[in-house]
Amino acid sequence: MTTLLEVENLSRSFGGLVAVKDVSFSLRAGRITALIGPNGAGKTTCFNLVAGALKPTSGRVLFEGRQIDNSPPETVCRMGIARTFQIVRPMREMSVLENAMIGAFSWTRNVSEARSKAYESLESVGLAAKAHARTDQLTLPDRKMLETAKALSTRPKLLLLDEVMAGLRPTEAAGIVGVLQKLAEGGLTILLVEHVMRIVMEVASRVVVLHHGAKIAEGPPGEVVADPKVLESYLGAGFHV
Amino acid sequence: MQKKFDRGVERTRWLAGITVFAVLGLVGLLANPYVISLMTIVLLFTFLGQSWNLMLGIGGQLSIGHALFVGLGAYSVGVLYVRYGISPWVGLLTGMILAGSVGASIAWLSFRFEVRGIYFALLTIAAAEFARIMFSGWEFVGAMQGLFFPAPSGGIEISMLRGDARFYYFVALALAALGIIGTEFISRSYLGYVWRAMRDDESAARALGVRTFQHKILVISLSAAMAAAGGGVLALVQGSIFPDSIMGMGLSVDVLIGPVVGGLGTTFGPLVGSLAAIPLNHLMSALGDSLRIPGLNNITYGVVLISVVWFLPDGIWPAIVRLCKAIQAPPTAWLWHSRKVEE
Amino acid sequence: MLSLWLNVLASGILLGLVYGLVALGLTIIFGVMRVVNFAHGEMVVFGVYIGYWTVRLWNVPIIVAAAIAAVVMFAFGYLLEALIVKRFVNRPHHYQFIVFIGLSLLFSGTLLVAFGPDPRPTASQLSFQTVSLGLVTLDLARVQAAATAGLLIALLGAYLKFSPFGRSLRAAADNRLGGLIVGLNIPRIYAVTFGIGAACAGVAGALISPLFDAQPYLAVDFTLLAFVTVIVGGLGSFGGALLGGLVIGVAEAIAALMFTPSMKTALPYALLIIILVFRPRGFFGAKEI
Ligand SMILES: Nc1ncnc2c1ncn2[C@@H]1O[C@H](COP(=O)(O)OP(=O)(O)O)[C@@H](O)[C@H]1O
Ligand SMILES: [Mg+2]
Repeated sequence: MTTLLEVENLSRSFGGLVAVKDVSFSLRAGRITALIGPNGAGKTTCFNLVAGALKPTSGRVLFEGRQIDNSPPETVCRMGIARTFQIVRPMREMSVLENAMIGAFSWTRNVSEARSKAYESLESVGLAAKAHARTDQLTLPDRKMLETAKALSTRPKLLLLDEVMAGLRPTEAAGIVGVLQKLAEGGLTILLVEHVMRIVMEVASRVVVLHHGAKIAEGPPGEVVADPKVLESYLGAGFHV
Repeated sequence: MQKKFDRGVERTRWLAGITVFAVLGLVGLLANPYVISLMTIVLLFTFLGQSWNLMLGIGGQLSIGHALFVGLGAYSVGVLYVRYGISPWVGLLTGMILAGSVGASIAWLSFRFEVRGIYFALLTIAAAEFARIMFSGWEFVGAMQGLFFPAPSGGIEISMLRGDARFYYFVALALAALGIIGTEFISRSYLGYVWRAMRDDESAARALGVRTFQHKILVISLSAAMAAAGGGVLALVQGSIFPDSIMGMGLSVDVLIGPVVGGLGTTFGPLVGSLAAIPLNHLMSALGDSLRIPGLNNITYGVVLISVVWFLPDGIWPAIVRLCKAIQAPPTAWLWHSRKVEE
Repeated sequence: MLSLWLNVLASGILLGLVYGLVALGLTIIFGVMRVVNFAHGEMVVFGVYIGYWTVRLWNVPIIVAAAIAAVVMFAFGYLLEALIVKRFVNRPHHYQFIVFIGLSLLFSGTLLVAFGPDPRPTASQLSFQTVSLGLVTLDLARVQAAATAGLLIALLGAYLKFSPFGRSLRAAADNRLGGLIVGLNIPRIYAVTFGIGAACAGVAGALISPLFDAQPYLAVDFTLLAFVTVIVGGLGSFGGALLGGLVIGVAEAIAALMFTPSMKTALPYALLIIILVFRPRGFFGAKEI
């Protein structure tokens, strides 16, 4: 069982606000891990730190044993970490297919190869039929799936998914869960931020819980939801498990 | 089904392109000297517009000092030819390399600490002004008095790129055609995809592995080199080089009017825009001179620019395309829109 | 020798204050609206013409001319924003640039139509008077212009810092969305901001009208000078504009003494490039543009 990503004592503050506080966890290859916590807990900031979009105030991120927290996002991506943006960022003037092609150019310069990879990614998230649409013709859940497809085209080893299933109907979400499970079986490691506990329970083999920037629990989903600290943090924030 | 449709459209595009250039070729053979010289300028600014368009419309980087690159090209050709008798072909190549390196340096200077957007634009204009002032005081390149090419001997000399007005018309036409083919080629290559991604959302592109720092430098130096080639030919056509007109702010504005009026990021926009704007400018200048109203062409230009951005923010070309589509014209035109390569 | 240098330094600082005022107008507009006014030089030149005509027609002191310029240019800026600029505030930079280039062509064309291309020297008594302070002898025109500019900069700074409207203006500059949420009247703030920016340019123009001949072609130089000044100081920074103005003013004065005239005009740009090598956002630049 190899460790793909190691996050060591990671902290990040914005001015006075400490968004991520001394967080450590590690991801094992081929597993799906969920990162949960109430809004503002620091989940997206964690993603940004791992993906190189933000530099940590202190702490380290190791990917395949190499320190990556000083690398720019494009380097991190090329090493094998792809991420989606919680607030979707489609390239507006490009079609859905073209959007899905961009990531492929991190490993090929051949346009038709990139195009077939893009079709494949779109296929896996159920967007192939809309390949030629403009991105502003997509619904929000579809745009989140496009984010996922864009990330998949980079052929990542680790995929960071930030609330990509928000707004999906249960049947649609179930479809995506199936896709993620299949990807994981194929060796992809996934770290996902997700609010719907049912989904977390179903796909994740491990759960990391953040609250006010700090890790308050970690373990198999069954244990974590029973943890009084976790319940308190969610109930305190007005959440229903 | 998609494939077949693509191929049909592809054929129409080629046909349309060849038709346009055939007509322009005929113009060169048949038109009177006035039209020839006007159209030479139109075609040269089409090419210059394409260089600017490549940088902003595809690469997403705004230059408001393109005159710098145009001027470097013009002076490279001028100085080498006038001072040393070296062929303008060498001058063009020198100018392109020089402008490309200067463009790369400006880009490097500005993007190195991830300074983006308007700072870069302001830096281009500052660099252009700096160069203009330096050249204005530099005796070796003719300073304010300008640099003059010897009058052409009459015959056409390809090796020295010298000839009459009609010869330069065809040189300009070849350049414009090269610009269109080149833009299309780049647009469809991986560079086109990566650059448009960078244009639409730089951070998102980086998250997908696009090395935007390198690509910005690349697109800017390529655009600068293109502008220098256009500048070199412009100098030959005009027969003289003055720092204020070849490196001034006015030229930077002239360069971008074509693509803006015609349609930013489109392959055909710079041509359509230059065809519309430059004759209008000449007309208004002439009218202003004869009516003794010196600012008339400035006012018209100003009003045209504001109106285009206000009413036709995509430019004339996409508007024509929409119109064609609306009246069910054959699907010729709209695919010229280079942003839609994939459809 | 010492007195020569002191004189140069002093006159550089004096003109630098006026440059600072011009740059301040540009930087306030940018700070609040994230818009670069590429027609700023034309607004300075409007001020120069206002100075020229008020002095010529009514023979008023230059301070009065500056006050008139302030009122006229504020109204002009306010209306321009409300009628045209506001449509483009949220558009990409290049659209804004094109609109402002259009405006700048329109304005300079109008000036050409109205006044012709020839320079008009302002017949001010001030142009020939001097004041002496120990080793330093200065033109009265420069001293007056600088004193007025300095006073205005201080007043404007105080206004932005302490008045309720100034505070909401700075709040809007910090966070546009936040400002909308807490109920700031953003359209009005923008129009007033643009008015203030135009007034700064206009007043500076009127103040220097005894020093520069009124001429439409001056506009480009002022636009570029203002750009250089704000980049040196840092776009969007109040203190930066002032500092940039002083740096450029002094640099120009020193260059005028040491180099040929063309080198003198090139120096601010050279300075700019050097500064950008070391401080890419200028002295006090905003983090994210
Ligand atoms: N770029 C930023 N600047 C300032 N504060 C930020 C920034 N990004 C996030 N924050 C703050 O950090 C905290 C954690 O945010 P985030 O990571 O987005 O939480 P989550 O994704 O768990 O909802 C929040 O209080 C948020 O306001
Ligand atoms: Mg989040």
